[in-house]
Amino acid sequence: MKIRAQIAMVLNLDKCIGCHTCSVVCKNLWTSRKGAEYQWWNNVETKPGTGFPTNWEDQEKFQGGWVLNKAGKLELKQGAKLKLLANIFDNPNMPSLAEDYYDPFTFDYDYLETAPEGLTTPPTAKPRSVVTGEPMKKIEKGPNWEDDLGGEFEKRGKDKNFEGIQKEMHSLFETTFMAYLPRLCEHCLNPSCVASCPTGSIYKRAEDGIVLIDQDKCRGWRMCVSGCPYKKIFFNWDTKKSEKCVFCFPRIEAGLPTLCSESCVGRIRYLGVILYDADRIEEAASAANEQDLYEEQLKIFLDPHDGNIARIAEEQGIPPSWIEAARRSPVYKMAVEWKIAFPLHPEWRTMPMVWYVPPLSPITSAAENGLIAKKGFFPDIESLRIPVRYLANLLTAGSEAPIVLALKRLIAMREYRREKTLNSEEKSEFLREAGLTEKQAEEMYRYLGIADYEDRFVIPTSHKEYALNAFDEKGACGFTSGNGCAHGETPSLEDLSVRLGHRKKKMEI
Amino acid sequence: MNYFLFGIYPYIALAICIVGCRYRYRHYPESWKASSDMFLETDRLHRLSLRILHWGIFLLLGGHVVGLLTPHEIYEPFISIAHKQMLAMVGGGVFGGMVLVGLSLLLFRRIYFLRVRRTSVPMDYVVLVSLLLSVMTGLATIPVSAGHPHGDVMIALSSWAQNIVTFQPGAADLVAGVPLIYKIHIFIGMTTLFTLLPFGRLIHAISGVAAIAVYPFRPWQVVRLLRWRK
Repeated sequence: MKIRAQIAMVLNLDKCIGCHTCSVVCKNLWTSRKGAEYQWWNNVETKPGTGFPTNWEDQEKFQGGWVLNKAGKLELKQGAKLKLLANIFDNPNMPSLAEDYYDPFTFDYDYLETAPEGLTTPPTAKPRSVVTGEPMKKIEKGPNWEDDLGGEFEKRGKDKNFEGIQKEMHSLFETTFMAYLPRLCEHCLNPSCVASCPTGSIYKRAEDGIVLIDQDKCRGWRMCVSGCPYKKIFFNWDTKKSEKCVFCFPRIEAGLPTLCSESCVGRIRYLGVILYDADRIEEAASAANEQDLYEEQLKIFLDPHDGNIARIAEEQGIPPSWIEAARRSPVYKMAVEWKIAFPLHPEWRTMPMVWYVPPLSPITSAAENGLIAKKGFFPDIESLRIPVRYLANLLTAGSEAPIVLALKRLIAMREYRREKTLNSEEKSEFLREAGLTEKQAEEMYRYLGIADYEDRFVIPTSHKEYALNAFDEKGACGFTSGNGCAHGETPSLEDLSVRLGHRKKKMEI
Repeated sequence: MNYFLFGIYPYIALAICIVGCRYRYRHYPESWKASSDMFLETDRLHRLSLRILHWGIFLLLGGHVVGLLTPHEIYEPFISIAHKQMLAMVGGGVFGGMVLVGLSLLLFRRIYFLRVRRTSVPMDYVVLVSLLLSVMTGLATIPVSAGHPHGDVMIALSSWAQNIVTFQPGAADLVAGVPLIYKIHIFIGMTTLFTLLPFGRLIHAISGVAAIAVYPFRPWQVVRLLRWRK
């Protein structure tokens, strides 16, 4: 057994209001640079919908993630190593900026002030492409083109998660169900981006599981862009290298939550330590049946309350503060103890570590409107087949039983608390039916309903003795995408003379 | 002049190549990249031209290395010098043609598509044009070679190359008498392959070879231990 720790995330979709605060803070902090305008390390999609980039879930098109080969061994969907190398000149699965993402644009704000006098109509700020600098006739696409089910159903209906649902039921579906899906890099246990990199520049940090791209080693072969099934590796068209969500690692190291979590208005995000057995990742990811992958991933998570596990973890060098944090981890509680959180698209075999609590509100509101019959205490969830099937396609590779159980538990907890608050009665029958104890229900209420800061984020700091000496970094450039303080371009003569010490670098104003 | 261009310049070019690459690797690792702009315009023509260009260069360079550096005594039992010249002319013609077509299409694409044109740097054009000149002069030697099919020019050229890489004196004298077009091709070729290599995007060729050598043999996953466990 080789125990490693990871800071994992859970998002409670039930409470996501689709306000995009997470996306905007992330953009401001990390991707407000040239070449990164179109990159949304965190974005919020409206489901059902094709998302960003368009139809990212269609792996027949993009060939992301893993498959089992004929021998039952894991292999990248875009090909074994030699095939990948043979495709290195012209990655055939590479998405393109304007077709699959969008042409990043700004507006001609200057013109509003500089327009000549005496125009017959007020001046307008025309859109301008950031890449070419030319005015654009029409904005064809954006990062959130289908916000709140915008656009025609014809296009949105191409959503891959509709598989197994009859086509004519799609539009009916929309009157009953809509959910927001905030997405970021999954920081997978079995990342296919890492496996796709011919240079070996992408790596997973053993201490906290964060997957990063070494910008000094990246040679811009672009195989990771097609290799990641979540399309969360972005190619910077200016520096010509790949970039991805860094899980706000400087904040995580300091014991702070990622900025998307910190700023979340709905308090839907949770961060906590998960201990897992690194030796069994390959075995778990190679499960023959796709629907077993969720269970297999649960099996390699280790119980930090088990004294034996804690002892081995400590022997293997995991600090006691991390083991203690793993015991209090909200992620462990939701994923393992209550089984209400699920990985996003486990069928791609990457073992993602950002999990989701399925949204319940559309189902309860349907029940309240008399759309679903009640069965005992519960709305008959199974009778609302479309949302369950859809959620199962999204979160458990199509296996409906775990989704139904999770939804039942969420309903039971709500009913229990409702009875307690309104009628001062402790009715626990529904709890038993959902397989929960009263203590668990109270705890679920505390974590999901109240969601205090200390309960949502249990992040141990990195150990000081190993941390970067910040004093040495004084006056350095921080996170740049270039050569030291420059921007990734080939050295200019001026740069060279700065390097050689003949001239001082000018400060940019 | 002949002595400088073919006796000294090859070493200058090689030195610039090695020192330049080392310097760039050490001080500008972030600039070391393939500089692909496929992401901006992913058309089928582009894909096709990339493919024929790269395979063409791959085979062409392989042919040059094997053809120039294999000592005469080794291949003599298997192939006569006249046949070898024929092989070089046909192979060079076919692969050179592939490279020429690929390069022309890429140059056209770079100028034609606005997104690509606006994000191009001067070095992109320098690389494309110098590669074009190398391959065009290379193809221009074929008709000249056809005029003297007995392979004596080829012997002279390969002896020159072998003398250069083994640091033998008097290399320049060996090519003093070959027709001018060969000399032009050699000079432009050396300049493109060695002198220019460290400065532009051509440097990704080294990474490509490194990837072929390393990637098939490494495990799928890369995990870095930063601090805790030693």
